[in-house]
Amino acid sequence: MNEWEVFRRERKGQPFEHAGSVVAPDADFAEAWAREQYGRRGESVALWLVPRDAIRDVEDWADEFDLKYRRVDGYSIKARLKEARERAGTAPRDR
Amino acid sequence: MAAVEVPRDEQAFLEYVQSGGQVETTDWMPDDYRAKLIKFIEMHGNSELMGVLPEREWILRAPTLQRKLALTAKVQDEVGHSQLIYRVVEDLGKPREQCLQDLVDGKAKFHNVFHYPTYTWGDVGVIAWLVDAAAIISQKALLKCSYAPYARIMKKICWEESFHILHGRDVILAMITGTQEQFELVQEALDRWWGPLMQFHGNPIPKDEDPMYLWRIKSQGNEEARQQFLDGYVPQILELGLELHDPKLRKRDDGVWEYSEPDWDELKHVVTGHGPKTEERLAFRRRFLEQEQWVRDVVLAA
Amino acid sequence: MNAQERLLGIADDELVLGWRESEWTGIAPLLEEDVAFSSIAQNEIGHARALYQLIVGEEGDADALAFDRELEKYRCAPLVELQLLDWAHTIARRWLYEIADEIRLAALKDDPDPAVAGLAAKIDREETYHRMHAAMWHERLRDEPRFQAAVEELWPYAVGLLPSELRDELAVRTGLDLPSDNLSQAHERGTHTDELGPLWEEMTEVRRSAPAGAQW
Repeated sequence: MNEWEVFRRERKGQPFEHAGSVVAPDADFAEAWAREQYGRRGESVALWLVPRDAIRDVEDWADEFDLKYRRVDGYSIKARLKEARERAGTAPRDR
Repeated sequence: MAAVEVPRDEQAFLEYVQSGGQVETTDWMPDDYRAKLIKFIEMHGNSELMGVLPEREWILRAPTLQRKLALTAKVQDEVGHSQLIYRVVEDLGKPREQCLQDLVDGKAKFHNVFHYPTYTWGDVGVIAWLVDAAAIISQKALLKCSYAPYARIMKKICWEESFHILHGRDVILAMITGTQEQFELVQEALDRWWGPLMQFHGNPIPKDEDPMYLWRIKSQGNEEARQQFLDGYVPQILELGLELHDPKLRKRDDGVWEYSEPDWDELKHVVTGHGPKTEERLAFRRRFLEQEQWVRDVVLAA
Repeated sequence: MNAQERLLGIADDELVLGWRESEWTGIAPLLEEDVAFSSIAQNEIGHARALYQLIVGEEGDADALAFDRELEKYRCAPLVELQLLDWAHTIARRWLYEIADEIRLAALKDDPDPAVAGLAAKIDREETYHRMHAAMWHERLRDEPRFQAAVEELWPYAVGLLPSELRDELAVRTGLDLPSDNLSQAHERGTHTDELGPLWEEMTEVRRSAPAGAQW
């Protein structure tokens, strides 16, 4: 099939976002049709047209071992911070 | 963080969508969910496309350049919507060509309102204002559809529909404040369209018995949609001096609208392909579908 | 033909062609094309509106000029009046029309009246996309016998779109030979086909149903 994926930039400063797809035989037809479907109201300042089979789909990652060491949720500093402040006499007063 | 996994068993999937879970094209889905989804979305696409035919006649007869442009743009949107919608169906596994063939063969459904004739410019205003209003209520509810690709196109569709209703209301207002004959055209059109409008959102099947709601394909029940329509639009209609001739139509103290029971048999009869204009419109569409098959063969050939 | 007549001719061409092309709404061969083609039809009507407004002046009623004339007072060329509800003829006309229109717009952009020249430039910029579209379809259909036949059939009508001094360029750009007296004649502007009458009837049906000056 001849699907072309359409990415649109709504305005300068925004990233390109996936907007939909048109079925077209080549880039010229894809452009002519995407221009109208995704731009006739000035709702896009730019489009990227990509044949669907040029896109490599990536959807799974291995999640076997504990990788929390490299993420924010792998760190809990509350208890040690409290102890450090108590030692230094800088613990905030309990309310 | 583990990615959200769509569960691979029907009961778990049901719980997943009912607690707000979203489904993408490549996720596992129960056969029943997929089948109902395709049928529902296909009917929507068919409706957008069939709705074009009554309105198209009035593009040609539009009484000013401005109205001609506005109506052409509105109908262009409807065709654009059908393109967006059929793409979603196609990615679910049913090719567009098959959808269009089933439509012209009378094997697929489309909304009741598009089976009825139009007679005057009054119809143009009533359709653009009230039929589109009824549709947008359903479409806003579909923004929460569990099937994410459909929910996403609904955003664009709802955004484009906003001008349709305003355009429709503008057409109506011009006639209401014009000649007496023009006012009467609007009233007469309203009288004819009120019945189909009351049927539009479907029979009042309780949400929890509606498979479309259980799968969270629809996020609102039929009656809820109809109540929203009445609440929003009856006051707007009456404030123009127009009349609604249902003697039972009234808003109760508890906020619920009462009305004469719509003819559900008529609705069923019409959507199963027996409306006054069904055959003629399908035949018109079939003629051009067949006549221009050579164009698709040339254009879509590798 | 004076300048006013010439502008009116172009305006009427755009109105009637835009009207004809809007007949494809909802029934074009591909949905994506249906949407794109509708924009072209809207643009043509938009050009007609701007031209009518230029002719009647800022305070004038462009709708009255567009719709309220007697049939004989319309200045459109026969090419645009034809109902061509098959795609080969429709695209053939598109392609021929855009080439002819580009030629006459180029001349108009040099008009001594700055309002005319300015409007011609604006129209020309919007037409860029029409030309891309027509060239794209021409490329794809040029080897189809029914398309070639349609171009041949419509060529004498296309010639009639332009004043004689611009016709050589049309022939060069399309690669087709100008009609000579012995063979097919150009369908000249000045007489109407029998298709304009029914078109005008339908186009003005709602408008004529209310007294002149009624608001819509």
